[in-house]
Amino acid sequence: MSGHSDIVLVDEKGIRIDGRTAEEHRHVKIEAGVLKNADGSAYVEIGKNKVLAAVYGPRECHPRHLQNPTKAIVQCKYNMEAYSVGDRKRPGNDRRSIEISKITAEALENVILTGLFPRASIDVYIEILQANAGTRCAGLTAASVALADAGIPMRDIIPAMAAGKADGHVLLDLNKEEDNYGQADVPLAIVPSTDEIVLLQMDGNMTREEFDRAIEMAIGGCKELYALQKAALKRQYTVDGEEDDSDEQ
Amino acid sequence: MDNNNARNTREVVVPGDKLDGSNLKPGENTYVLDGVVRASILGVKMVRQNTISVIPLGGRYMPATGDTVIGMVNDIGSSNWMVDIDAPYPAPLHVSEVPWKVAFGDTSKYLNVGDVVMLKILMVDESNKISVTMKDSGLRKLEGGRLVKISHTKVSRVIGKSGSMIQMIKNITDCRIFIGQNGTIWIDGEGLNADVATEAIKMIDEETVRSNLTERVKKFLEKEIPQDEEAEENKEGDE
Repeated sequence: MSGHSDIVLVDEKGIRIDGRTAEEHRHVKIEAGVLKNADGSAYVEIGKNKVLAAVYGPRECHPRHLQNPTKAIVQCKYNMEAYSVGDRKRPGNDRRSIEISKITAEALENVILTGLFPRASIDVYIEILQANAGTRCAGLTAASVALADAGIPMRDIIPAMAAGKADGHVLLDLNKEEDNYGQADVPLAIVPSTDEIVLLQMDGNMTREEFDRAIEMAIGGCKELYALQKAALKRQYTVDGEEDDSDEQ
Repeated sequence: MDNNNARNTREVVVPGDKLDGSNLKPGENTYVLDGVVRASILGVKMVRQNTISVIPLGGRYMPATGDTVIGMVNDIGSSNWMVDIDAPYPAPLHVSEVPWKVAFGDTSKYLNVGDVVMLKILMVDESNKISVTMKDSGLRKLEGGRLVKISHTKVSRVIGKSGSMIQMIKNITDCRIFIGQNGTIWIDGEGLNADVATEAIKMIDEETVRSNLTERVKKFLEKEIPQDEEAEENKEGDE
């Protein structure tokens, strides 16, 4: 976040180094139900980010002292693979992964109907296979698709996308270079049905006007992502349609 | 059945989707936001008697009163057994709910860890505590045989229309089969036949989305187990 560099991130025509305009997000690919052994799973690619999310539960919560007699708890583990970044990442928990696990779990808790499963735990595992800025958003996006795939009752699906400032321009969905050499990064997650904000962070500096513009852009990006999340979930069940001979006992 | 018309308009919904249903009451797996009924789970939309609800397409089995389930004993107490029924909660089976007279501390003489039992859900209270019983006709300890686990949402497909699917599998493979509402199925039969029955059930679990499932399972079974003419005849008659 130096803010001082010779790198041109946005050219005179307003085109970014990867050919996008300021309001364009990276290419998104979402696939639900990719893992057989988890209760629910999703694979998400956002540009060069590759993220796998798996969900288990609701299941009995262990250790017992974490149980909440009124609702289910949401436990999240965000992990970056050693090979996910250019230089080898030292495996295991660090301050950053603990922070992201916490904010992801708290964002998800807002939409999961935890009251239906007292004393239970819902476990979310997010693995970053390849990172290129914006992995917390990609991770949360994948996790909410995986939760829906696991058949967990929830109010809505959460899309997450970042906006930021680089080279003096407000941009949607920063990539690695824009994040590293830019001035600010604002990850945002919303509940589309109510427009609630369930995750908002800011790293860097922006004026109030720039911030408002970034939020507006990120919300727009989230809504586009939301449609893709829904489509991915529905795609699994539309092979050739009609059911014929089902019956309740 | 009365849900036939729902099948015709089979629509997959995801959490948060608006369920367009003016004047319809919100049913299971739905919630209301600003007067609009929305889905709270990934499933199929269904309208029945002024109520709009969503039938889940996956997820964990949640015990409901009256369900018959198959579970495995995973812990023994001095007056109860803990039974794993693939639900988010354990199911304690109390000594007063078994068909035997069990003295205090003698629980392990009757059921041991790893034993498989067929149970009925007596009650599920507000905090999702389960109580189960083994005191009802047909409920018992299952000895021998094998277990197959499928998604609990596929149980109705394995049973088929008024039991047609399961009856066909039983007839062709000559196996004894019990189905638990929790998606655990117990199969007992001779070597190859039990293998084939297991395969057939797994096939139903994997291929429910496709149509003509009964036909395809029948073809599979007949390919694996050649039937003599007479048996064929009888089976056709039953259906």
